[in-house]
Amino acid sequence: MTTNEKLYFFWRKTKNNAMLLFSLACLLIAVTPLVLIFSYTLIQGISALNLDFFIQMPKPVGETGGGMANAIVGTGILIGLGALFGLPVGIMAGIYLAEYGDNPFAATTRFLADVLSGIPSIVVGVVAYIIVVLPMKHFSALAGGVALAILMIPTVTRTTEEMIRLVPQSYREAGLAIGIPRWKTTLRIILPTALKGITTGILLAIARAAGETAPLLFTALGNRFWSTAIDQPIGSLTVFIYDYSKAPFEDWIRQAWGAAFVLIALIFLLSVIFRIVTRSRYAEH
Amino acid sequence: MTPESSAVPIDVSTAGGGGNVPPAAAAFVRRGSKTKWNVGDFVFKHMTMLFALGVLSLVFLMGYEMYAGSALTISKFGWNFLATSTWDPVRDEYGALPLIFGTLLSSFLALLIALPLSIGVAIFLSELAPRWLERPFSFLVELLAAIPSIVYGLWGIFVLVPWLRQNLQPWLASHFGSLPFFKGPAYGFGMLAAALILAVMVLPIIASISRDVLQAIPNLQREAALGLGATRWESTKIILSTAKSGILGATLLGLGRAVGETMAVTMVIGNRSEISASLFSPAYSMASVIANEFAEATSKMYTSALIEVAFVLFVLTIVLNALARLIVWSVTRRFKTT
Amino acid sequence: MKKLNIVIAAAAVLGMAVMPARAQLKLNGAGATFPYVIYSKWFDVYHTKTGIEFNYQSIGSGGGIKQVTEGTVDFGASDGPMTDAQLKEAADKQGTEVLHIPTVMGAVVATYNLPGYTGDLRLTPDVLAGIFLGDIAKWNDPKIAEINPGKILPDVAIIVAHRSDGSGTSYIFTDYLTKVSKAWEAKVGKGTAVNWPVGLGQKGNEGVSGIVKQSEGSIGYVELAYAVKNNMPYASLKNKAGNFVKASFDAVSAAAEGALANMPEDFRVSITDANGKDSYPISGFTWLLVYKSMKDKEKASALVKFLHWAMADGQSYAKDLYYAPLPKEVVKLVEKKISTIETK
Repeated sequence: MTTNEKLYFFWRKTKNNAMLLFSLACLLIAVTPLVLIFSYTLIQGISALNLDFFIQMPKPVGETGGGMANAIVGTGILIGLGALFGLPVGIMAGIYLAEYGDNPFAATTRFLADVLSGIPSIVVGVVAYIIVVLPMKHFSALAGGVALAILMIPTVTRTTEEMIRLVPQSYREAGLAIGIPRWKTTLRIILPTALKGITTGILLAIARAAGETAPLLFTALGNRFWSTAIDQPIGSLTVFIYDYSKAPFEDWIRQAWGAAFVLIALIFLLSVIFRIVTRSRYAEH
Repeated sequence: MTPESSAVPIDVSTAGGGGNVPPAAAAFVRRGSKTKWNVGDFVFKHMTMLFALGVLSLVFLMGYEMYAGSALTISKFGWNFLATSTWDPVRDEYGALPLIFGTLLSSFLALLIALPLSIGVAIFLSELAPRWLERPFSFLVELLAAIPSIVYGLWGIFVLVPWLRQNLQPWLASHFGSLPFFKGPAYGFGMLAAALILAVMVLPIIASISRDVLQAIPNLQREAALGLGATRWESTKIILSTAKSGILGATLLGLGRAVGETMAVTMVIGNRSEISASLFSPAYSMASVIANEFAEATSKMYTSALIEVAFVLFVLTIVLNALARLIVWSVTRRFKTT
Repeated sequence: MKKLNIVIAAAAVLGMAVMPARAQLKLNGAGATFPYVIYSKWFDVYHTKTGIEFNYQSIGSGGGIKQVTEGTVDFGASDGPMTDAQLKEAADKQGTEVLHIPTVMGAVVATYNLPGYTGDLRLTPDVLAGIFLGDIAKWNDPKIAEINPGKILPDVAIIVAHRSDGSGTSYIFTDYLTKVSKAWEAKVGKGTAVNWPVGLGQKGNEGVSGIVKQSEGSIGYVELAYAVKNNMPYASLKNKAGNFVKASFDAVSAAAEGALANMPEDFRVSITDANGKDSYPISGFTWLLVYKSMKDKEKASALVKFLHWAMADGQSYAKDLYYAPLPKEVVKLVEKKISTIETK
C-alpha cells in the first residue's frame, strides 16, 4: 500500500471508531433520563410510602398526613371499567382481523386501529365528555372508564391479531380435519393457544391506561372521599399527582412523588412480564 | 368436512395469513360442490366483524362528535380560527394560531434534538451491539416510552425547570444572548423546557422503530458491503440509506406523539398564548389549552372553540399517523417479500 | 383457564363497585380554589359530624360556573359572581334559578419571592398595575424603589405569575385593577379569564403559589390563606384612603363594612377598592352556587342543613384559616335566602 492508501485506510478506520463511540454515546444519553427519572422518583417517593399512604384518605387542604387509598382504588376501578368495555371489543376485533382479515374492510380497520392508537388521550377525553358526561349530566367513573376503553382498544386489537396469527396453520387444519366447525376451532383451539400473548397485550394496555391523566380530568373528575360507585366522580392516582404537583404544600408534593413511584413500579413490572412472556413465545417458535 | 368454500381465499404465502388453507388442501376446498352452511360459523364471523366495524366506526364517531361540537366557532370564525392570535375568553374571541405555533414548534424542536440521538441509538442496537448487550438496552429504551406523561411532568417541574432556570438558561443567555432565541428572563418554564421533555419522550419511539426497520433489512446487504472491504460504519451508511423511508416513518410517529402530548407539556410550558421567537418565553400548546380550560369554558362559544382545537389536533395526529404507518408498512413489506 | 379466572375476578370487583353505595348521602360540588382551604376543612368536619359526604373539586370558579350551568354537579362555588347572561343560561338549562350564597370573605394578596429582601414590601395600585401590565419589568425599578425607601431591591427581572384557568381570584384581582388603573381597564379589563399581558400561567391558587414559591423574583396574586400556609411573604397595599394595609381578616371585614349598606338582594357585590382607612383593597366575597330547586329533595335538604351549619359553626373556622367571617348582618340576610331553597 502506498502512503496515501495507508492514510486513507486510517481515516476510514477512525471514522468507523468515531461512529462507534458516537452511537454508544447516543445510547448512554438516551438511557440517562430514564435512570435520572427513575432514581429521582424512587428517592423522593419512597419516603412517602408508608402504610398510611395506602390505607388512609386525604386530609383537608394544608394539613399534613393522610394518604391516597381512594385514589388507588379509583385507578383500579377505572382500569376495570376500561377493560370491561375495551377488552371484548378489542379481542373480538382482533380475532376478526386475524382469522377473516384478508379483505379491504379488514385492511382499513387494521389501519384505523393503528391510527387510533396515535390519537392524543386528551382528545379521547373530550369525546368521552361529549358522549357520556353531558347526557348523564354529571361526571362519573363510567365516563372515565369509557375514555380509557377507547385508549385500550387499539393495543388489544393489534396484539390479539398478532398473537393469533402466530398460531401455526397446522392447528387450524387439525381442527377442521376432525370436523370441528371453524368457529369452534377458533374459540377452543386457536384462542387458548394464543392466550398467553393476548394476556400480556392486555396487561400492556392496562399499564398504559393506568398512567393516563388527561382523559380523566373532565370525565372522572376526582373525589377526595372513598367512592366505588361508577356513576359518581372518582379519584385516580394520576389526577391526584397532577393536583398535588401544582401546589406549594410540601406534604402534597411528597405524596405526589409517592404516587408517581407506585405508578412507575407498576408499569415497569408489567413491562418486564410482557417482555419475558413474549420472549419465551418467540423462543418456542 | 365443512370448510366454507367460497370464503376461503387461496393464498400461498407464509403461515399466519388468517383463514388460509395450505396449497395441498386447496384442491379439496375447491372441489367440494355444496358446502354445508354452518350457522355457528356465520354467526361467529359476523359477530367478530361487527366488533371490527365498531373499531372502525369509533374513529369516525370521534371525528363527527368533535366536528359537530365545534359548529359555533366554525361558523363564526371559519378558517380565521387557525390564523388569528387572540385567545380572549372575556370577549369571546378565539384564534388558535399561538396554540398551533406552540404545539408545532415544541414538537419540531423535540425532533431536532431527538432524531440524531435516536438514529445513533438505533444504529448501535441493531448494528454494533453484541446480542447480550442489545436485549437489555433495547428493553431499557422501550421502558422510557412506558413512563407516564404525568411522571415526566412531575420530574420536569421539580428537576428540569429549576436546572434550566439556574444553569442552562443563564449559560445560554451569557454565551448566545445576542440571538433572538435566547432573549428574555430565565423563567425555567417555557418553550425550551417543553421541547426538552418532548425530546426525551419521543426518543424511544423513533429509536425502537428505527431499530426494527434496520433489523428488517436482510443481512445480505451488510455482508455484501463488508465483503467488498467496507468498514462497519460504511456498511451501516448503506443500510441507512435503504432504511431512509422507514426512519422517516418512525420520525413521523414520534412527531405524532409529540404533538398530542398533554400532561408533561402543560406542566412546564408556562401556559401563555403568545408567539415569540425566544425559546425562553412561555408558550401554549393545543393539548394544554384543552387540559387547562375545558372544565370551565363558561360560554357555548368558549366550549366550541376548545372542541375545535381538539378537532384540529385530532386531524393533525391522524394525518401524521396515517402517513407514518403507510411509510413504515411499505418499507417492512418490501423486505418481507424479498 | 387463566382468562376465566381473570374474568371472574374482574366481575367480582365490578360487582362490588356497581352495588349501590350505602345509605350515605353524597353531594358533588366543584369550583373556586380561593375558598378551597376552608371548604375542605368544613366538609371534613361536617363529614365526621353527620356522615354526609360533600365531594368538592377545586377546578376554578370558571369551572364551578360552567358545571352548575350544565348541571353536572349538585352545587358550585365561585368568587367571581355570575353575570346576568350566565344566570339566565343556567336557569334556562336547569329549569331553576341559581342562588349566590356568600360563605366567607377573603383577601387576594400579592405574594412574592425575593430572597434577601427583609421586611415589608409596599405597593401602590399604579405600581401593581404596572407590574402586571409588563410596564415595570425589574424589581429595582425606581417606581418600586420610591415607595419602599431605604430598602435594597435586587436588579432581577420580575416574573409575573397569573392564573391559566377561569378563576374567581382573577376576577377579584382584575376587578380591583380595573377600578384603579385606566390603562388596565383599557387594555385588559376584568373577568375570570383575561388576556394577561405578561407572565406565566398556572392552574389554581395552588399553581400560582407553587410557581412563586419556586421561582426567584416572581410575583403572583393568591388568596391570603395560600400565602400564609406556605410561609410566603405578601405585600402591603395602599388603599383608597391612602394607608398601606396588610391583608388580615380585620382589614377585610373593614372593607365589607362599606358594602353592607347597599347589599344587593342576590348578594352579587364587589368590595374591592373599598372606602375606610383600615380596609384592605383587594377583598372579596366568595359564594356557593346553589340551585333554588333541586330534583333530589333529599340532597336539597342535606345541602340546606349544611348551609345553616356553615353560617353558624362554620364561621368559627374562618379566622384560623385566614378568611374573614361574614358580618353578622349579612349572615341574617343569608339565612333568609337559604330558607327559600326548596326542600320538599
